[in-house]
Amino acid sequence: MNRHLSQRLGFSLLTMVAVFTVVPIIGVIVYIFIQGSPAISWEFLTVAPRAGMREGGILPAIIGTFYLTIGTAIFSVPLGIAAAVYLSEYSADTRWTRLIRLAIINLAGIPSVVYGLFGLGLFVLFLNFGTSILSASLTLSIMTLPVIISTAEEALRAVPQAFRTVSISLGATRWQTIRRIVLPQALPGILTGVILGLERAAGETAPILFTGAAFFLPRLPGSVFDATMALPYHLFVISTQVPEMPIRIQYGTALVLLVFVLGMNLIATVIRSRARARRQW
Amino acid sequence: MKSELTWQEFIITRAIKASGYSAIVFVALIFFFLLREGLPTLGEVPLTTLFSDRWYPIEDYFGILPLITGSLIVTVGAALVAIPFGIGTAIYIAEIAPRWMREILKPLVELLGGLPSVVLGFLGILVFSPWLRVFLDLPTGLTALTGSLLLGGIAVPTVVSVAEDALDTVPRAYREGAWALGATRWQTIWRVTLPAARSGVLTGVMLGVGRAIGETMAVMMVTGNAPVLALTPGSLFSPVRTMTATIAAEMGEVASGSVHYHTLFFIGMMLFLISLAVNVVASAVVFQSKKRAERILS
Repeated sequence: MNRHLSQRLGFSLLTMVAVFTVVPIIGVIVYIFIQGSPAISWEFLTVAPRAGMREGGILPAIIGTFYLTIGTAIFSVPLGIAAAVYLSEYSADTRWTRLIRLAIINLAGIPSVVYGLFGLGLFVLFLNFGTSILSASLTLSIMTLPVIISTAEEALRAVPQAFRTVSISLGATRWQTIRRIVLPQALPGILTGVILGLERAAGETAPILFTGAAFFLPRLPGSVFDATMALPYHLFVISTQVPEMPIRIQYGTALVLLVFVLGMNLIATVIRSRARARRQW
Repeated sequence: MKSELTWQEFIITRAIKASGYSAIVFVALIFFFLLREGLPTLGEVPLTTLFSDRWYPIEDYFGILPLITGSLIVTVGAALVAIPFGIGTAIYIAEIAPRWMREILKPLVELLGGLPSVVLGFLGILVFSPWLRVFLDLPTGLTALTGSLLLGGIAVPTVVSVAEDALDTVPRAYREGAWALGATRWQTIWRVTLPAARSGVLTGVMLGVGRAIGETMAVMMVTGNAPVLALTPGSLFSPVRTMTATIAAEMGEVASGSVHYHTLFFIGMMLFLISLAVNVVASAVVFQSKKRAERILS
C-alpha cells in the first residue's frame, strides 16, 4: 500500500503548489481593488494632475493609453490578420514558411525594452517621427503582431476544410471563399486574439519609454506627432520618481490600469465562450 | 466584370503574401537597427573596459560585467521559482484537477500572464520588498532576491501554459496502458506522461526563462539598481542591476549618437541575441520531437 500513500502525498504536494501559484494572483487583484477604490472619484477620472501630480486626476494618462491602444490596433490588426490568412490559407510547408514561423516565435520572445530601442532607432530618429503617439503605436504594433498572428491562424485553421471545399466547388474564387466563408466563421477566435494582444500592449511600459511616453503634460495631445502620458508609465513615474507622492493616488492609478486590462480580458473571455456555445461544427 | 475580379484577387493575394513575410522583415529590421546603433561601441570603448567590472557611464566606465551577472543571478533565481511552481501547476491542471477546477485555473493563470509588469513592480515596491526586508532582516528590501521572486511569478504563466499543452497532447492510451499494468496515477504521471511530454515541458521552461531575462519594468523597480558584480549566492541579498533595467533607466537621458547611447544599444543587441538563441533552440526541440512522433506513428 506504500505506493498509494506516496500518491496521496504527491497529489497533496502538487495541489499545494497550484494553490501557491493561484492565490497570489487573486490576492494581487483583490488587494489593488481594496486599496485603490477610495481614490476613485469622478474628479480623479476626469481632470489632469495638479501640484506636481500629487493632486487632481489622471485623465491625460487614461486618454493616452486609449490613443496608444487604438493606434496599435490600426497597424497591427490588419497586418496580423493578413499574415495569419497567408499562413493558414495560402502557404505550403516550405522552408520559407518555416522561416516565417521561426520569425514569429522570435518576435514574441524579444524583450520589451529591446522593442523600445528599436522604436527609438527606426521611428523616432531614422524616420524622424519624434517622441510621439505615432512612434509608440508603431513600436507596440510590432510587439503585438506575433500574438495576433498566432491566435488568428489558430482560429482560421479551426474552420473545417469542408467549408472551403464546398465554396470552391460552387465556383467561388479562393479570396471569395476566405472573405465570405472562412473569415466570418473564424471571427470570434480572431477577435479574442486581437483583444488579448492589445491588452498586453496597453499594459506595456518599456516599449513606450523612449518612443512616446511623456512624464507630465498639462494638456491632451493634439496630434499623432505629440508625446502622450500613459497609464503604465504614469504609474511607474509616480511610484518611483516623485517624492512624497500620496499613496492613495498611486493605488488609484494602479486600479484604473488594472480595470482597463482586466476589462479587455473579460471581453475576450466572453466572446470566446459565447462563440463556443454557438458553434455548429 | 470577370477581368476586374481577377485583378482584385491578384492584388489582394499579393498583399496577403507580403503581410505573411512581414514577421521576417521585422526581425531583420530590429537586428539591423541594433547592429547599426550598437556595433560602434566596439570601436569607441576598448574591449578591456567593456568587459570590466565597473559601470559608471558619467566617467566613461562602460564595464558591462556587473549588468550581465545581475541579469544572470536574477534569472537563475527566477528559474528556481518558476520551474517547480510552473511544472507542478501544469501537472495539477492537466492530470489531477477535476474538470470544473481546470476551467477556473487555466484562465486565472493566463490572467497573471496579462497583468502589466509595472503593476507587479509597484506592489513589489510598496508591499513585497518591505515585508521581505523585515522577514529576512536585511538593510534594504530592494535586492536580487526580490527581483527573482517577482520574476519567477511573471515567468510561471508561460511555463504553465506551454507545459500544460504538452501534457494535454500525450495520448490517453499511454495513461490507460500504464493503469492497466497496475501503476497508480502518481506513478503514471512520473514514469509515463511526464517523460512523453518532456520536450514540450522543456520548451515551456525555456520560454519562461527567456521571458525572465527580458522582463524590464518590474525588475527595474525592485532590484535596487546598483551595478555591482554579483558572483556569489550571497549577492542575492544585495541590490543588483540587470541589463534590461540599465537600458530602461538610462536611455532617456543620453544624447543620441554618444558612446553611452551606443553602449546601451550594444546591451540591447546582446539581449536580442540571447532571446534569439533561446527561441531557436526551443523551437528546434519541438521540431525534433514532432519528427520523432511521426516516426513512431509511421
